[in-house]
Amino acid sequence: MRIGVPKETAPGEKRVATVPDVVEKLVKLGFSVAVQSGAGDAANFADDTYRAAGAEVLPTAAELWATSDIVFKVRAPSPEEVALMREGGTLISFIWPAQNPELMQQLAQRTATVLAIDSLPRQLSRAQKMDALTSMAGISGYRAVIEAANAFGRFFNGQITAAGKIPPAKVFIAGAGVAGLAAIGTAANLGAIVRANDTRAEVADQVVSLGGEFVKVDYEEEGSGGGGYAKVMSEGFQQAQREMYAQQAKDADIIITTALIPGKPAPKLITAEMVRSMKPGSVIVDMAGEQGGNCELTVPGEAVVRHGVTIIGYTDLVSRLAKQSSTLYSTNLLRVTEELCKTKDGVIDVNMDDDAIRGLTVIKEGNVTWPPPPLKLPAPPPAKPAAAAAPAAKKGHGHGAGEPMSAKSLAIVFGVGAVLFLLVGLYAPASFLSHFTVFVLACFVGYMVVWNVTPSLHTPLMSVTNAISSIIAIGALVQVAPPLTDAGADRPNVLILGLAVVALALTAVNMFGGFAVTRRMLAMFRK
Amino acid sequence: MTSSLATVSYIGATILFILSLGGLANPETARRGNLFGIVGMTIAVLATILGPRVTPAGIPWIIGALVVGGTIGLVAAKKVQMTQMPELVALMHSLVGLAACLVGFASYIDTSTVFPTAAEKSIHEVEIYIGILIGAVTFSGSIIAFGKLSGKIGGKPLLLPGRHWLNLAGLLIVIWFGRVFLNAHDIGDGMLPLLIMTVIALLFGVHMVMAIGGADMPVVVSMLNSYSGWAAAATGFMLSNDLLIVVGALVGSSGAILSYIMCRAMNRNFISVIAGGFGTGGGAPAAAAGGAQPAGEVAPIAALETAELLREAKNVIIVPGYGMAVAQAQHTVYEITKFLREKGVNVRFGIHPVAGRMPGHMNVLLAEAKVPYDIVMEMDEINEDFPKTDVTMVIGANDIVNPAAQDDPGSPIAGMPVLEVWKAKTSIVMKRSMASGYAGVDNPLFYKDNNRMLFGDAKKMLDEVLAALRA
Repeated sequence: MRIGVPKETAPGEKRVATVPDVVEKLVKLGFSVAVQSGAGDAANFADDTYRAAGAEVLPTAAELWATSDIVFKVRAPSPEEVALMREGGTLISFIWPAQNPELMQQLAQRTATVLAIDSLPRQLSRAQKMDALTSMAGISGYRAVIEAANAFGRFFNGQITAAGKIPPAKVFIAGAGVAGLAAIGTAANLGAIVRANDTRAEVADQVVSLGGEFVKVDYEEEGSGGGGYAKVMSEGFQQAQREMYAQQAKDADIIITTALIPGKPAPKLITAEMVRSMKPGSVIVDMAGEQGGNCELTVPGEAVVRHGVTIIGYTDLVSRLAKQSSTLYSTNLLRVTEELCKTKDGVIDVNMDDDAIRGLTVIKEGNVTWPPPPLKLPAPPPAKPAAAAAPAAKKGHGHGAGEPMSAKSLAIVFGVGAVLFLLVGLYAPASFLSHFTVFVLACFVGYMVVWNVTPSLHTPLMSVTNAISSIIAIGALVQVAPPLTDAGADRPNVLILGLAVVALALTAVNMFGGFAVTRRMLAMFRK
Repeated sequence: MTSSLATVSYIGATILFILSLGGLANPETARRGNLFGIVGMTIAVLATILGPRVTPAGIPWIIGALVVGGTIGLVAAKKVQMTQMPELVALMHSLVGLAACLVGFASYIDTSTVFPTAAEKSIHEVEIYIGILIGAVTFSGSIIAFGKLSGKIGGKPLLLPGRHWLNLAGLLIVIWFGRVFLNAHDIGDGMLPLLIMTVIALLFGVHMVMAIGGADMPVVVSMLNSYSGWAAAATGFMLSNDLLIVVGALVGSSGAILSYIMCRAMNRNFISVIAGGFGTGGGAPAAAAGGAQPAGEVAPIAALETAELLREAKNVIIVPGYGMAVAQAQHTVYEITKFLREKGVNVRFGIHPVAGRMPGHMNVLLAEAKVPYDIVMEMDEINEDFPKTDVTMVIGANDIVNPAAQDDPGSPIAGMPVLEVWKAKTSIVMKRSMASGYAGVDNPLFYKDNNRMLFGDAKKMLDEVLAALRA
């Protein structure tokens, strides 16, 4: 099948749905690829690089749409583009079906199959590789910090130079979704002091992991609204939140807001009053500009100065990093294509039994299939079986003593021990008993000492005990040439000497070899 | 040197040996521990040579034997590669076993010892009998273990029909000849049962280790270690020497505890390991798994992409297994570790207690490659960190990372604690092929969505990864 990549027609859109690297991989999957001339120009991908990657470059959009079985786009198509689309074709792009019912109608009339990349069920972990919303949000978060740095008249990092001390910039980020987290990471990497807030308390760890500090709202309420979005909070919470924002506004040099609630206008977090309280020269980057903005004074799509504060409301942050965002977006599309074409023969199969594809597909052969049925999420894994839980209980250094023995087995061990000792006591002569005492005590000492050895030293332990067991040499030594009494007149001296010397030589191998090799091993262990 | 002085020296040596084992408890004191062992051994040997039990006539012989044996030992210790450590240790155990046998025989034919009572003579003979028995089992068992570990004998367990009965019959014969031996009137009469018993003990040692699968080798090695200790202790009883008894008991109990720890690490019953026959790799385990065969596709990955994944990761855990030892890949692993750590990636190692072929095998290999030991973690220390890890690299390990041990009660390795590598964002398994591990169990990990397989020889693939990282 043939994949077509038209030039984006929306004003200011610089991205392209497929980059040359991905063209190569699509060709490997068995597809042929056509690209409209100039499609990648704004993102710095020339027609020639597409040709080199194996794509055909077509001069006009009309020709491209007419000859392509599958069309990859970034933005939802305009009515004119839909008109160009071939009957029964397939389209993969952002659609936003909830906001664009008319577009959905038009596409359905073309008996098209449409996969809306924004309708991906993001809860599925295997869908992550296809999640263009996440990859785009990450880019916009990065770019928001760069825009802020551009408009901000100072360094981000604190320095002490010969020309004086420079305090680090204080950045406050409202909303720690993907975009917010990317912004936190970027700002922290530039050296700023970063604080962030989100109504979902569970993201606090993520904020900290990226080098930010999580600022809590002084009010108890959980704000996780499912699907990775936040929900609208209660009045009491909002009051507490406003107070916190007001305080942060006074302190921060840069505020970046990313708060969005699905299907609703963006919450107004930063009031005109708060803007006025900020230091002159401060910057606000409002990433929710498209949905009306988080700041009351935001002008969507523009950068304005109000009360000495630069308020940036650009809605094309992603497009301002066109090369990067095109690369990531086209990789997301490649992953979708791989899922659609598991046979790698250049033919796609829209398998509606696959949860991820079912969610993506908003129109199947002219029938609107949006919204998809609720996803059957796998039940949370059942409580671990006892076998898995048991080892977890045995924590701590070395092996610990584990759980104490049960009373029953303890009684058995003691009982058997008592019988054995009784037998020994009844029949063994006194000289044996003294050795026996030593033996039993030594066993206990060995047990106590070895129990604490760390597992990493088990091999050296074995080789050192091995070396020590060559103490058996003593046995051979005393046999080599003992002082003889009369009783041993018929002792076969030569034979015993031979046996003892061989035994001694064998243990000597062990003794020297064992200690030497342990030494060699231990010398390697280092911090 | 007087008898009392020799005894005092022995007490000193005993204390040094205990301190030596105690010193091994952690890496900082381990070197000192080894030194204590050397000093203790020197004191013990010197005290014996200079003591009342050795006349000057024997000294040239003693020096000769020590020089010959010592030279061989030192050369072997210098030449051996760290990956061959298990073989060397097994071979050394066999020497102790053989020496115990020889000392036992020498003690039996020695007529110079006088016993005040008949009971004491009987006890002495029982001690000889048991000492030779343990020595012979240790000797032949260790030789077979050496053969298995060095690949001279196949790793698969040899299961004779009715092997438990064979062992039982052997035991009964040994006991019966023991009676004959005790009732023998002179040394000539007693020699025959003693020799028969020795042969049976040798065969028993061979049979016992042959029946144990390759996966259980760590247990066997530490068990033989324990036997060599008991052999020394038995010799001590035989010669009425407390030093031998104490040291033998120390070594014996330490080996026994190590075996027990290994068994617990595999969630296995000690008796069933000794009885043998686990690592069959044959039909039985596969059939036991039944309908739980993992399904899905295996996603291969190339060295280049592996390098990219590693470079972009923040947290990496490397899980080495026997495959790393076979491929001698530990140095490359460290080069990669060093490179990533310089780039600020948090690289750590997760070591399963039974990874490799002897207890602590992986730690020694990593130490040889100069991996600092504070980034080498035990299973319990690191298992919780997998969910926070970006990339896990499994190098030549299989059963110890098998999720079936937790998920599939029908699996032959069910309940064995494993490293939960599948909880990381991405896991990369390096393997030569899709063959199953020593336990003969298929591994569902390979089919997980977030798992990638890097096929090929571990050393070669890691070299490529390193080259790609540096490029």
